[in-house]
Amino acid sequence: MKSGLRKGLAAAFAIARKDLRTEWRTRESLNASLSFAVVILVLFSFAFDLDREEKLAISGGLLWLVYAFAGALIVNRSFARELPNDCLEVLIASVPAWAIFLGKAIACFLLLLIVEFASLPIFGLFYNISWIGSLLPLLLVIALATWGITVVGAALSAVTVNVRLRELMLPVLLYPLMIPLLIGAMELTTGLLNGNAVLSDVRLLIVFDVMFTSLALYLIEFILVI
Amino acid sequence: MREKIVYTLGILGTILLLWNFYNIFLVIPIDALQGDIFRIIFIHVPAAITADTFYAVAVIASIGFLVRKNFAWDSLAVSAVEVGTMFTLVNLATGSIWGRVEWGIWWAWDARMTSQLMLFLLYLGYLLMRPAIAEPQQRGTMSAVLAIFAAADIPIVTMAIRLHNVRTQHPGPVLETGGLAPVYWPPFLTGIVAFLLLGTAMILVRLHQETSRREIDSLRRELHAI
Amino acid sequence: MHAVAADRVWKYFGDYPALRGASFEVAKGACVALLGRNGAGKTTLLRILASLSKPSKGEVRILGRIGYLGHGIGVYDDLSALENLSLFGQLTGIENPKQAANTALERVGLTRVKDGLAREFSRGMRQRLAIARAFLHNPDLLLLDEPFTSLDDRAVAVLQQLLADARARGSTIIMSTHQIREAMELASDVALLDRGRIIFSGPRNNEMLLDPGWLYRTYGDIRE
Repeated sequence: MKSGLRKGLAAAFAIARKDLRTEWRTRESLNASLSFAVVILVLFSFAFDLDREEKLAISGGLLWLVYAFAGALIVNRSFARELPNDCLEVLIASVPAWAIFLGKAIACFLLLLIVEFASLPIFGLFYNISWIGSLLPLLLVIALATWGITVVGAALSAVTVNVRLRELMLPVLLYPLMIPLLIGAMELTTGLLNGNAVLSDVRLLIVFDVMFTSLALYLIEFILVI
Repeated sequence: MREKIVYTLGILGTILLLWNFYNIFLVIPIDALQGDIFRIIFIHVPAAITADTFYAVAVIASIGFLVRKNFAWDSLAVSAVEVGTMFTLVNLATGSIWGRVEWGIWWAWDARMTSQLMLFLLYLGYLLMRPAIAEPQQRGTMSAVLAIFAAADIPIVTMAIRLHNVRTQHPGPVLETGGLAPVYWPPFLTGIVAFLLLGTAMILVRLHQETSRREIDSLRRELHAI
Repeated sequence: MHAVAADRVWKYFGDYPALRGASFEVAKGACVALLGRNGAGKTTLLRILASLSKPSKGEVRILGRIGYLGHGIGVYDDLSALENLSLFGQLTGIENPKQAANTALERVGLTRVKDGLAREFSRGMRQRLAIARAFLHNPDLLLLDEPFTSLDDRAVAVLQQLLADARARGSTIIMSTHQIREAMELASDVALLDRGRIIFSGPRNNEMLLDPGWLYRTYGDIRE
């Protein structure tokens, strides 16, 4: 049993490395995601004429909106990249389903973190908001919420991989599920940027993460082997 | 036999509903403080309770499909989701009307309405995804997974809404006060029973439609096999 | 103990039964040629044996590790040949993946281009890479879906050599094919799938070797 776990984890990390490597070579979803994030940030700063206080009030909301959109783009590619040459079949035949899922979720997590950290300075710049002050707790919130986005996103990526209109269907299914997670992240982030966060609220993020990670790991077998 | 049950439930439910409407709109005295619009609570809340009950049935049926692989479970799941979504719409519409009359706004982000809206969005995704999958086993499996994810999301949504309301300190209009005076219990409970009867009749009709479709499919199967 | 046992396997796709109670057993070390017309259900059966798909009804029992070669080549276009095989080695838990990958590349004659991206390979090279991947971890059970189809001569030679090596090692092989001639030479047993049912399963005999069409004529549909 133990060796099965070890082998599975090794396979999961190998898959994560593979996803990151192939993504780095083409940079398709990184470019798309980052460009999208920057464009939204710019657009919003034109759309509303806000004073400093108002900007701080919407800061968390705006940031996580951008991150959610970027996340949807990244997870969309996750299982879709296995379709050419029928690579997904080879994976399923050789590696336990949970390991495939874990590896892809880890890769999405890291890719989304890259986009998030790249957009954070841009956000700080355009909206004149300093985020350095509360960096550590902010990193915790970002890590927890990003994992939530990627775990649900990767699961839905597997669900929709063979569904018609996948690019449309995945966001339609993903956003409603993510709403409670995003609410928590938004509240915490706004609080941290304003200096009045209630950190015990990370409870919400943790509950979401634990719930959906367990569900996804358990259900992925049903999703991949029909 | 089945038809008799459907007719009985349907007629019983309709009679009960009409009698209840008569009571609600013409008989019950409403105190001046809450106004006549308060009568809508006897439709608004029973609709929510009915919808939630049917969503619970749908989740159980989804788990049943994954475990037992019998398509009867899948048919039950989709029927329950459809009828549940219909009642959610009734709940949202009556809530909106109530808010308009009572507070002058078409939508108030109060906790319960938001929660029902979330349910609506989640299961709307379920109903949108189903037609996009042609193969029945795949469709049933992916739908079941989605229904389970949606159900797991609900308690977290409740947590998130509570958090949001506390943090943003928006008292917001609340459509229902905590307790309902005992004199109002009979029409309230009658409303719930009436909706449940009607809803069950509708589910049975929808279930029969799905079963017929599968019978036709299996006849076609046999034809292919010859 | 049989290496593979399929017991009354049914598989529906919507309203169409691709497999209708297919049953057969394969002894360890056997090399089975799985024959059948297009649409008979060969691919479906192989996918179920490879645990890519669950039967609608019936049971399947497999012993040992699986090497699968389907219609798709199963290699990543954005990775080099060496990276592809090393990855696969890691996924299947091989001791020294890179070394195994290099050895495999030698066996299929791709050592010179080992650092080339798979997308740059010619069709024949991609096929040899796919074959290398399927045999990399010396699987106990090889499931090959029409492996000889559209292979160039070099790839055919490579595949035949690897199959011979696998047989010598005692691996079990199930190979679906249209190319009856190549299959008959390699096979120890034959199974015939017709419209979702196994209508013949047994050792290859002389009639089959001399005249591959004999099997269809003897056991195939009389109505045709």
